[in-house]
Amino acid sequence: MQTTSDEVLIARIAGGDRLAMQVLFARHHVRVYRFVLRLVRNEATAEDLISDVFLDVWRQAGKFEGRSAVSTWMLSIARFKALSALRRRPEQELDDETAEQIEDQSDDPEVALAKKDKAAVLRQALSKLSAEHREIVDLVYYHEKSVEEVAGIVGIPEATVKTRMFYARKKLSELLKEQGIDRGWP
Amino acid sequence: MNTTNKETHSNIEELLPWHAAGTLSRRDAQRVEEALAGDPELARRFAMVREELGETILLNETLGAPSAHAMENLFAKIDAEPARKPAVSLNLAARVSEFFASLSPRTLAWSASAAAIAILLQAGLIATVMIKEKSAGGYETASAPSTDPGVGAFTLIRFAPQATSDDITKFFEANKLQVAAGPMAGGFYKVRVAVTGLPKAELARIVKKLQEDKVVGFIATTE
Repeated sequence: MQTTSDEVLIARIAGGDRLAMQVLFARHHVRVYRFVLRLVRNEATAEDLISDVFLDVWRQAGKFEGRSAVSTWMLSIARFKALSALRRRPEQELDDETAEQIEDQSDDPEVALAKKDKAAVLRQALSKLSAEHREIVDLVYYHEKSVEEVAGIVGIPEATVKTRMFYARKKLSELLKEQGIDRGWP
Repeated sequence: MNTTNKETHSNIEELLPWHAAGTLSRRDAQRVEEALAGDPELARRFAMVREELGETILLNETLGAPSAHAMENLFAKIDAEPARKPAVSLNLAARVSEFFASLSPRTLAWSASAAAIAILLQAGLIATVMIKEKSAGGYETASAPSTDPGVGAFTLIRFAPQATSDDITKFFEANKLQVAAGPMAGGFYKVRVAVTGLPKAELARIVKKLQEDKVVGFIATTE
């Protein structure tokens, strides 16, 4: 079976094809949503933002030049929307997840380890990374973006992408150590 | 470990996350593989990276998905947008991309067969012409029609899916066509319709005529 490429869908969307928009949305909205959710940490906000992201895709499709993959282009738009939303959000609007994390940090490491297996602790540590580190870890590991693509999405040089990922992983090790898991690195 | 080795080791270590995700170039992936094979400590760290990769995927996959409201909301916004005129002309890359996407394996198969036959015919014709010219020992004026496949008037053709190789061969012979290039990606062929350049109107007339043939799926002028 042959599927229509994202680039062809974008060309059709540029011509006002709503069906092509539906196909593109169905194909990518979950990943875009998850990327945004990990940044804004609020489901309702993330859901509102993905409509805005895809509306931008609808409006800008005619300007898409194909210099990057469509998914990379959409993640760039999503990132911009998420960061704009975060800037608008008042400081005191801490969501439940964030509050939960603050509480977690005070957990006794041995108790935490007894409660959860190593994988769960690792996932918890991934959630505790800063937004900057979370973003890069997600782009590399979950969204399967190359060094060059991450550089394009985040707007930083490729060398910085590599060092930022390195420091994100280093921070992850530190968080694991706080929870009683010493990986022997760095 | 000397300074250069340390730098190389550090560079390789930085690439481990992308190697685990399979997004490195073949060359870089090869470099990492070689380093991993000879460095147990690096291999241990790579195992950590793979663990992080697995848990990051799991974490993201447990985030759920947006409700149907997101799509409804999007299309409500799209409906509220000013009506958009259909694009008059999409860029060439998108159009070519669309053509490629519309090709069926059958078309490709027939196109490839037809191209092979056409190229053989063309080679045969050129060889015949060359032999005749040599034996005649004649000369050629500067304005004589060129046998250079890069000179003349050209079209870009994609054959209809139902066209057989026999149909296509007859089409070439009847219209005195030559394949100048192809098969290109998507089953397109650059076909020479005249050995000298033609006025646009004349070329358009030829294209229109060729378009009426059942073997032609798509045809356009090209340079």
